[in-house]
Amino acid sequence: MAGTRRQRAAGPLFVAPFLTLFLLLFLAPLGYAAYLSLFQSRLIGGTVFVGLDNYTQALGDPQLLHGVGRVTLFFVIQVPVMLLLALLFALALDSGLLRLARVIRLGIFVPYAVPSVVAALMWGYLYGPDFGPFAQLSRKLDLPAPHFLSGGWMLGSLANIVTWEFVGYNMIILYAALRTIPQELYEAAAVDGAGAWRIAWSVKLPALRPALLLTLLFSVIGSFQLFNEPNLLMKIAPDVISSSYTANLYAYSLAFTGQQVNYAATVSFLIGLVIVVASYAVLLTANRSGRRTT
Amino acid sequence: MPRITSASSPSSMSRRLFLATTGALSLGAALTACGGGDSGGSSASTKPVGQADIDKAMKTPTELTFWTWVPNIAKEVALFEKKYPAVKVKIVNAGQGTPQYTKLRTALKAGSGAPDMVQIEYQALPTFTITNSLLDLRPYGASALKSMFVDWTWGQVSGSGGEIWAIPQDTGPMGMLYRHDIFEKHGIEVPGTWDEFAAAARKLHKADPDVYLTNLAANQVAAWHGLLWQAGAKPYVTSGKSDITISVDDTVSQKLGAYWGGLAKEGVIGVEPDFTDSWYAALNKGKYAAWITAAWGPVFLSGSAKATAGKWRAAPLPQWDAAKPSSGNWGGSTTAVVRSTKNPIAAAVFAQFLNSDPDSARMFATGQFFFPATKALLTDASFTGDAPSFYGGQKVNQVFADISSTVNSSFQWPPFLDQAATDWTETVGKSLADHTDTVRALGSWQSRLTTYAKSQGFTVKGS
Repeated sequence: MAGTRRQRAAGPLFVAPFLTLFLLLFLAPLGYAAYLSLFQSRLIGGTVFVGLDNYTQALGDPQLLHGVGRVTLFFVIQVPVMLLLALLFALALDSGLLRLARVIRLGIFVPYAVPSVVAALMWGYLYGPDFGPFAQLSRKLDLPAPHFLSGGWMLGSLANIVTWEFVGYNMIILYAALRTIPQELYEAAAVDGAGAWRIAWSVKLPALRPALLLTLLFSVIGSFQLFNEPNLLMKIAPDVISSSYTANLYAYSLAFTGQQVNYAATVSFLIGLVIVVASYAVLLTANRSGRRTT
Repeated sequence: MPRITSASSPSSMSRRLFLATTGALSLGAALTACGGGDSGGSSASTKPVGQADIDKAMKTPTELTFWTWVPNIAKEVALFEKKYPAVKVKIVNAGQGTPQYTKLRTALKAGSGAPDMVQIEYQALPTFTITNSLLDLRPYGASALKSMFVDWTWGQVSGSGGEIWAIPQDTGPMGMLYRHDIFEKHGIEVPGTWDEFAAAARKLHKADPDVYLTNLAANQVAAWHGLLWQAGAKPYVTSGKSDITISVDDTVSQKLGAYWGGLAKEGVIGVEPDFTDSWYAALNKGKYAAWITAAWGPVFLSGSAKATAGKWRAAPLPQWDAAKPSSGNWGGSTTAVVRSTKNPIAAAVFAQFLNSDPDSARMFATGQFFFPATKALLTDASFTGDAPSFYGGQKVNQVFADISSTVNSSFQWPPFLDQAATDWTETVGKSLADHTDTVRALGSWQSRLTTYAKSQGFTVKGS
């Protein structure tokens, strides 16, 4: 009896450090931002309580809606490409058929270690319409230079940078998951007469479901928070990337350019809400289709 | 050292600050840092402070904090500390331009962590006086310095009620740097008027399709403001605390819009963003035959386009009315005192000494290559007589010193410059880059700014 009492006392004690930090660093700022979003602060006239006015304004704000629409489109196109590539690389590495597997694995992963600021700057140079290598090459071949930074190409150019950065990261997650599949399963499949492709399809892929779901969730969050890359390319393509190009960029501009901290808090909250809904939708569809197959 | 205004884009420091807290949810955390407290501070009276009080304060051991991005400014600060040994100045580099302003605003709102003195560009002063964050320097003897400084710089640091919000440090009267060799090769005279300039642009591009007379960067609102300034426009006029007249779409602006928009549409000038790798390469490779820039441009260019040494010359801007030469300003900055300082006397004396002491002012001109704000230096033969070989031995400082006296002294900046810059890039700048109707874009700029100003509680008077 004494033991359980001691255990009961120990429980909260163990959780306390986490809870304190969680409260201080997460819930308190979140609560404060929620509080801020209910006010309006002006250069002239100071701060007034406006209730949910900021939210009504934001829901009808074309700049925010366009930003969310753009990142949604980005998500729909970029994420499948990136995850498919990551999956292919992981399967290829796991197959044991590649030479120099370690070098290749490292090579694919290295871009993730490059800070995204550096990555965007580097790609910005590569995309350059005058002196970028692609432009120079096509000029040498007497072809029209591809204009990667024009309005029509920009989302694709951004998707390319993000894919380059994160394929390796997702590949590592999937690869790690593949390594945990017990060897017996492969042996059993081989005994049943399955070839390498059949094993990949019927053993490896089902085993990868949780890991794939995880990478998909990360990608939902990453896509909707797209900020670094457009913010940096803005410098070299100011006519294409506006201050509200992505939703997160818009929130940033509101807070630090327009001094509209309260409205920025509102917009941030709504972006957070969109992410929660999108993540939940992903989980829900995955669970449904999961139940159907098992 | 050039002062490039980066108001059109959030720059590295604030971005890094933001990166640390990326994410919709954690953005909330970042915002809380900016939301708390009121920008407290002692309410200063306008009654002059007696000399005895000043002497006493300057003999009391004090430590002041000075935010500045000027490289090697410790040398000038040492002159001050030598004269006032009791006062120690701690120099902090909190970023250049916008990143520093963002930090300063955050510190002011938080009510702690703000410095005593701060480097502020002319165009950013109203964004801090509107929040009542700067100290009026009149009670500390600043009025006596007026005659030492070039008239228009004093206009820039003066408030509508006669306050003196800062002391000028360096300036950027606008002129033109051009490639003497390219002009000569194609038989182009240095244009004295904007009409001649347009004709030269067409002639040059026709003669050599790889070369453009100049580049008007579609992201550089500071150049646009400078050109408006030269043309005699008054885009922003504030009166009282809350009244503002916004006229970025008036007849003068439309003249400018039609002119530059027309040249961009014809394709005889470049419109690429400036201060990018591609832009530096273009200057080095002779893609542009002229750069419309400011007095800090000559030193900056000689460091950035080394491949073209000896080929450049300086000239005043082309004129709208050749009989009445005028120019605008682009860049330069001031030293201001933050209102919340606990040592207003020492801080105010520092701001004045740093920029008006002849030795200190000269050091800025020779050490940091700042273009001076004091009349004495602009007429000093040792400064104006400099003949750098990058410009073929031309007395470049003399050219810009002459230009400085033609800068209009009544140009005003809006109290929401960052917003004006962003809106410009997304309307007027975009029209230049996309070769669409620039005059129409001026209308969108006007309406976006008007909407913003109203939402911030200003009473906006139409253009």
